Amino acid sequence: MAFISSGYDPKQPMKNRITDIGPKHYEQFLPPVIKKNYGKWLYHEILEPGILMHKAESGDEVYTIRVGSPRLMGIQTIREMCEIADKHCGGHLRWTTRNNVEFMVDSKDKVAPLKEDLLSRKHTGGSYKFPIGGTGAGMTNIIHTQGWVHCHTAATDASGTVKAVMDDLFEEFTQMRLPAQLRVSMACCVNMCGAVHCSDIGFVGYHRKPPIIDHNVLDQICEVPLAVSACPTAAIRPTKVDMPDGTKVNSVAIKQERCMFCGNCYTMCPALPLSDGAGGDGLIIMVGGKVSNRISNPKFSKVVVDFVPNEPPRWPTLVKKVRQIVDAYSKGAHKYERLGEWAERIGWERFFEVCDLEFTWHLIDDFRDPAYETWRQTTNFKF
Amino acid sequence: MAKHKTPLLDELEKGPWPSFVSDIKREAESRAKNEKGVEYQIPVDVCDDLLGVLELSYNDGETHWKHGGIVGVFGYGGGVIGRYCDQPEQFPGVAHFHTVRVNQPSGLYYTTEFLNQLSDLWELRGSGLTNMHGSTGDIVWLGTTTPQLEEIFYELTHNLDTDLGGSGSNLRTPACCLGMSRCEFACIDAQAICHDFTNEFQDFLHRPAFPYKFKFKFDGCPNGCVASIARSDLSFIGLWKDNIRIDQKAVKAYIGGEIPPNGGAHAGRDWGKFDIQKEIIALCPTQCMWMEGDTLKINDKECNHCMHCINAMPRALRIGEDTGCAMLLGAKAPILDGAQMGTLVVPFIKCEAPYTEIKDLIEKLFEFWMEEGKNRERVGETMKRVGLYKILQVLEVEVDARVVQEPRTNPYIFWKEEEVPGGWDRQIADYRSRHKM
Repeated sequence: MAFISSGYDPKQPMKNRITDIGPKHYEQFLPPVIKKNYGKWLYHEILEPGILMHKAESGDEVYTIRVGSPRLMGIQTIREMCEIADKHCGGHLRWTTRNNVEFMVDSKDKVAPLKEDLLSRKHTGGSYKFPIGGTGAGMTNIIHTQGWVHCHTAATDASGTVKAVMDDLFEEFTQMRLPAQLRVSMACCVNMCGAVHCSDIGFVGYHRKPPIIDHNVLDQICEVPLAVSACPTAAIRPTKVDMPDGTKVNSVAIKQERCMFCGNCYTMCPALPLSDGAGGDGLIIMVGGKVSNRISNPKFSKVVVDFVPNEPPRWPTLVKKVRQIVDAYSKGAHKYERLGEWAERIGWERFFEVCDLEFTWHLIDDFRDPAYETWRQTTNFKF
Repeated sequence: MAKHKTPLLDELEKGPWPSFVSDIKREAESRAKNEKGVEYQIPVDVCDDLLGVLELSYNDGETHWKHGGIVGVFGYGGGVIGRYCDQPEQFPGVAHFHTVRVNQPSGLYYTTEFLNQLSDLWELRGSGLTNMHGSTGDIVWLGTTTPQLEEIFYELTHNLDTDLGGSGSNLRTPACCLGMSRCEFACIDAQAICHDFTNEFQDFLHRPAFPYKFKFKFDGCPNGCVASIARSDLSFIGLWKDNIRIDQKAVKAYIGGEIPPNGGAHAGRDWGKFDIQKEIIALCPTQCMWMEGDTLKINDKECNHCMHCINAMPRALRIGEDTGCAMLLGAKAPILDGAQMGTLVVPFIKCEAPYTEIKDLIEKLFEFWMEEGKNRERVGETMKRVGLYKILQVLEVEVDARVVQEPRTNPYIFWKEEEVPGGWDRQIADYRSRHKM
């Protein structure tokens, strides 16, 4: 391949450099009906799963078709979306904050052809390219992270676990039969990039073995004080280590019984890797979080499954547990009730029973003072 | 013919949900065929090797990316996430596999013309693989080599009028809900303010000057469609201060079953006939609604603007007209001290361009946190360490009962010396004159 210059001159790197221009202005991308009625919308309706209608004060209407997306996508797929948007939507489209894609048209008669076109397109392997759904009281796309596709601290894969769970719950994406919308999120380590800590259901990659200390290189590639201060439980201290060749090196010591495997020291120090495919790494499942202020305040999600193993490529245990939770919620919750509101109403002791999940000692909070607040200081409980 | 055998990943081509494996294979095939005769600037088989290394991870249950990676473009301290494969001989196509964060337009609206231009650039100089979008909001370009970074940046800025997003200990790329563009609930012009603030604070975004990362997010209303309360250090949430606008005729239409509740969101199950008492009035968290005959009444003074009734009857109830936003500070994920949601620091502030009052608050906050924040301490943790009151002092905002969920239960109360008559300088002899030892 021949190198093609963009015009950048590596000998004069600061010449003609443009900086600090920010993003393109959104106004140049708005479809005409959106631009015209900006800030003047009256109400909306969900006509059917995946299809919205917004009515403006002017009487104008815009119809939106929402489709699922794997988030990780090639430009061939983006170009195909552009082709669809050119054909049906005057060359406009948008993404949502949950990585779905929305095609908009300005009259109702344009909806059916667009819908038919979208659903007719499939990958060679058989999966839909553009499944319609993700609206109303159903399940929508799973917010997720990089996993083994790009990240160095991942304890599981993001794209694979998400595909496995979305396949199993696909009907909840294309329907609106749950008590309220169900937000599912995934993160591949406890950094929780994204929304796991505040979702109806979240699954998170995590470790169960302390780091392996690479004393050979630690002092050369890590700032030891940063590794020490990276630990939430103060399990790490600086030390000197006698090497087999008789030399003494600066390194760290880790009190293993104080380590809870968060991996934050590895984030700071490449000499402290901890991933473990031999049974150590897997996932936890959290539930009951929400970010909206509707009826109840925003909530954090809580850990309800202490470990499911990594089982690539389809993670059957994870898929099964998530399904158990969704089914019990769907059956038990009142209309408008988010999963966390339902669990709090029936009591967590009942939640574990109806979801058929085991309550283990790992689920009892033991992190500093706030842990006490999560224990039960009342006789109000159910047998 | 695929370069590597991927029996495990092939399983993920099955099932109805769009398969990322099929998508990557599609990109791999497109590059192999190269029908347009593109002079690919990174290995043609980058996508094949990505599938190869991913299959290896599926086999052994461990990631195969080396730790960290520091790359970028001159003039900036962030924007690119460097990444190197730990099996470069086996998978040379992803020996370098850096991610480029590209700043997205507010609200994520695009024209096909722009997307096609972006795609042409990324096809030539990168893997052709993307994340649409990263969790913070950026267009994520997944996989290129170091020598291409400046070339990509040059083309982005010169030809596409678009900048990089943020990474590192700086202001990250701000994001917003779609706001007034297509939502009747928007109390603030989330897209406008997001765009304005992104430009206002470009220097903080591109050149790390903070103790740690800092994020802005803008939600048009308390529904939180961009989750600012959970996912941004400084969260802006639109609100109104006056009365909910009621269309009594539409209320009757809901009661009469002519309009489905919640925009029809529950249409997939039979929940029975709409019951305004049960579904709206009884669920109101402040119990400030009631029916008088066939008229719906709201005691707006007691309303906490949770959005439930408006969400459930969007054709009958509208947000008020005296709008602005609340500001909440300190949301973060668990590392280090535990997860936090945003804490209310400013209950209501007007939100109109050029947003001078809000920007003044932000400058005060940045000045304080840049000075007082410890290394890798999120502002939420700084707030826990120094106390909420200190933050209110820094922002020079009124202390107000709205900023707490409840008053403190412990009596370990600090006073400033000047608040106490006589001060703290006392003589033991004076005390002893009244109290024998």
